[in-house]
Amino acid sequence: MSILHLVNKSPYENSNLNSAAAIMKSDDTLLLIEDGVYAAVKSGTASAKIAGHKVSVLGPDLAARGISEDKLVDGVAVIDYAGFVDLVETNDKVQSWL
Amino acid sequence: MSDTKKFLFINRKAPYGTIYAWESLEVVLISAAFEQDVSLAFMDDGVYQLLKGQDTSGIGMKNFSPTYSALGDYEITKIYVEKESLEERGLTLDDLQHLVWEDEDEDYAEKDSIRLVSRAELGDVMAEQDVLFNF
Amino acid sequence: MKLTIQVNEGPYQHQSADTAYHFAKAALEKGHEIFRIFFYHDGVNNGTRLTTPPQDDRNIVARWTELAQAHDIDMVVCVAAAQRRGIVDEGEAERNGKDATNIAPGFRISGLGQLVEGGIQSDRLIVFGD
Repeated sequence: MSILHLVNKSPYENSNLNSAAAIMKSDDTLLLIEDGVYAAVKSGTASAKIAGHKVSVLGPDLAARGISEDKLVDGVAVIDYAGFVDLVETNDKVQSWL
Repeated sequence: MSDTKKFLFINRKAPYGTIYAWESLEVVLISAAFEQDVSLAFMDDGVYQLLKGQDTSGIGMKNFSPTYSALGDYEITKIYVEKESLEERGLTLDDLQHLVWEDEDEDYAEKDSIRLVSRAELGDVMAEQDVLFNF
Repeated sequence: MKLTIQVNEGPYQHQSADTAYHFAKAALEKGHEIFRIFFYHDGVNNGTRLTTPPQDDRNIVARWTELAQAHDIDMVVCVAAAQRRGIVDEGEAERNGKDATNIAPGFRISGLGQLVEGGIQSDRLIVFGD
């Protein structure tokens, strides 16, 4: 029973990412959306928190914030809203870390 | 039963600073009428919602904390509180309201609704649910 | 999949209303069914017809109305949250002695039970908020 975890806040703003990362299981996927995408930037200290997890990031939110894909941590999948819908379908339920 | 789902209402925010704690409780109360398998989880700042002794007279807001003690009457008997969240905040179970429910199968014996769980155990609880509510 | 979407924040203040909209649109384009979109907390403010956003930016309320009408989606604004925040339809105006209504087309005001029912009847509940 895998969970799709949504984090929409910057890891430098609040600890939602910490909470998600601490409870995620190996089958789960973390999807970074809105301000949450900053966590996937390689050069940021928060990128260490997503290591070892299955991570996707919403491409339109990266582009809006001027983050190019080459700045991201290796292994992060960049998806669009259609990909977001697919993740909802392939996981059993969604946990929004608000 | 195909129609009964496991609902988990997750509370991660402190009360009064924002309305989420109160308005999420309103959903929990309504959910009782739908006869689903309802549980509550309090983690991160959500544990503050259960602190005893809330007095809102100085801030002019309605004190809704007595509502938690009614949850037992709404047949909500599984209230998970995350250990690590309490510890980080220097709290113990004694700081929280003592929430109970009456087991009609055991002569209405009073039982504790609060289940202190570790983060990992809460992760297991979440994995078992059908629907996760967040506010 | 049959989906219920919950929107917890109002238009413009947070990106949640936008993300929810783009998600809903993508889901429909993929042939999924949206059982209900439920607006709670400040999300009820997505349901006022009185917004006048700048011409060069998206019109969030109108976008919801268009989506609902094009796909026959049930968009529900929570009555308790709406009463607190002043989103009013004819019935609420009469019941509560208000001299105006402001609900946008495509939205209806109803109880929290609609959210719970959404959770029961849908395959997935997705919450967009702060």
